[in-house]
Amino acid sequence: MIYPLVDVFIYSFEEGYNSASQTSFGTGIYNYSYVLHDPYFLQALKNTLILVVITVPTSTILSLLISLGLNKITKLKELFQTIYFLPYVTNTLAVGLVFMILFKKTAYTDGMVNILINAFGGKSVDFIEGPYWAKMMVLCIYTVWIVMPFKVLVLTSSLASVNPIYYSAAKVDGTSNTRIFFKITLPMISPMIFYLIITGFIGAFKAYSDAVALFGTNLNVAEMNTIVGYVYDMLYGDSGGYPSYASSAAIILFTIVLTITVINLLVRNKKQVNV
Amino acid sequence: MKVVLKNLTKRFPSRDKKHPEDVIAVNDFDFTIPDGKLIGLLGPSGCGKSTTLNLISGLEKPTKGQIFFGEDDVTKLPPENRGIGLVFQNYALYPHLTVRQNIMFPLQNLKGEQKMTKAEMNNAVMGVAKLVQIDSLMERRPAELSGGQQQRVAIARALVKMPKVLLLDEPLSNLDARLRLQTREEIRRIQKETKITTIFVTHDQEEAMSICDQIVVMKDGVVHQIGAPQDVYDSPKNLFVAKFLGTPPINVFEGEVKEGKLLIGKETVLEDVNVKDGKVFVAIRPEGFIPNEEGKLTLDLERIEVMGRDISVIAHHPLCQNTDIRAIVSSSNSIDIDKEKVRFDLKPEKVFVFDSASEERLF
Repeated sequence: MIYPLVDVFIYSFEEGYNSASQTSFGTGIYNYSYVLHDPYFLQALKNTLILVVITVPTSTILSLLISLGLNKITKLKELFQTIYFLPYVTNTLAVGLVFMILFKKTAYTDGMVNILINAFGGKSVDFIEGPYWAKMMVLCIYTVWIVMPFKVLVLTSSLASVNPIYYSAAKVDGTSNTRIFFKITLPMISPMIFYLIITGFIGAFKAYSDAVALFGTNLNVAEMNTIVGYVYDMLYGDSGGYPSYASSAAIILFTIVLTITVINLLVRNKKQVNV
Repeated sequence: MKVVLKNLTKRFPSRDKKHPEDVIAVNDFDFTIPDGKLIGLLGPSGCGKSTTLNLISGLEKPTKGQIFFGEDDVTKLPPENRGIGLVFQNYALYPHLTVRQNIMFPLQNLKGEQKMTKAEMNNAVMGVAKLVQIDSLMERRPAELSGGQQQRVAIARALVKMPKVLLLDEPLSNLDARLRLQTREEIRRIQKETKITTIFVTHDQEEAMSICDQIVVMKDGVVHQIGAPQDVYDSPKNLFVAKFLGTPPINVFEGEVKEGKLLIGKETVLEDVNVKDGKVFVAIRPEGFIPNEEGKLTLDLERIEVMGRDISVIAHHPLCQNTDIRAIVSSSNSIDIDKEKVRFDLKPEKVFVFDSASEERLF
């Protein structure tokens, strides 16, 4: 379990490590310095952070709203649950293709989303090869869409597991629905929400295939690279063959994810003491 | 605040396709619960007592009939506007809140004129906490409390708004035997101190008999008898009520009335019974037996149990419905356990005669 991590850690300090000959020029922090000054890495870091900051809260809140809705309805509940779960069992790349068709602007058509925008009097935007914000928006929507089913599933079942007696008790005491939600429902399912936020953070930091599905493998050119994408490119991409740089980038990613997870856990523990 | 139930009926649609007719949980209840008393709704499980409580609380809507609190018709009011406190069977304390926060929860819901300041809330909370004697546990969470303490917190939470009616749903069923005795005294004390009309649901007749001012005996959604515990015990209206009240249970024999004489088998056990001839059920309370070597009723002696003050005689009779007949006699009597038969005279006031078809009381 630990060995690969230690190995990567060592590589990250060995300058110009060559995996074929198992040799390096020497040790030092040069790799880190290179990676941190590499504009592609900084772009990837920025992309990843935007992705995390936007998609984790959005997908969690949206999933919570959908789960609350699913929990309320009685008719066709199972059907809706299945529908919401479908994206989870669908292949990322296939979904990416669908998103491409929805958003892409070609010589023949502007794509469905653009047609909609036009219908409301807006101007067409090239979401796949156009401006940075448009591409980022598509990536975020796509990511939210792909991570939601699992969250909806987890939240629906944890909502259903709250004993209805608490709601009866609250009702007898004349508690408003808002207060019931914030004072009873939310605290009771908070362990699950924390779990989803932590795994959501980790998942978003490790995003890669989503970007590939939408923008192809040449992510640096598309300005849509992620940290994992950068690591991959450094190893195998057209400009690849630099395992040392890849290791450094991976270690930086690992450090970020670890820090955020620890902060999350600390916040959670503190909250539990204070409630 | 007196509580009046008028023709109260609750039907639930049947989920069983083979029996599509509605389930009648509460059938045409018509009685008044007097102000400031402790009332026990008593009956076997599934008799509709919890449904009755839910109807009074407003958590369920009646199919038919009306509920009045005092002079006000509350039938259509939602639970929060009825001014009730409800204690659930499993307490339903919010696990993430401390005792203080749990008790304060209902107060924080108050709006408009009723809204309280922080200090008022704290006073109210400490007041009820002292009343139920949990004022030293205020910062604990429900998981850190014993069953009895949780029960007290639940009662405190129900009382903090000073409800007009306090409803308790099987309040003692989750407690062990010793705690149950203690807690029921406690409920009685709290009720007496607060003078709040209290309705509590139980399937345990001993519980109901020991603390209630009045009991309502129910079965299959029908009220069988209402009255002070001793009155109901001493003159049950029908065989069900007679059987349901009392430990050890009443002994039921198949008997017959012939020319004013009450017969069990061939033995005449009582004279001057003012009932017309026919088959009957004869029910005899365990304390209704007087040992007498020349007694009128002969039983097959099984064994005796000595309990200090009393002796319990366990016997059999071919016409008795109980597997064992239990007679409780004073320990000053000596029963010869080597004999196969034991004979008793009967105390007429402890013997009830019921119609064998309708099971209604005849004598």
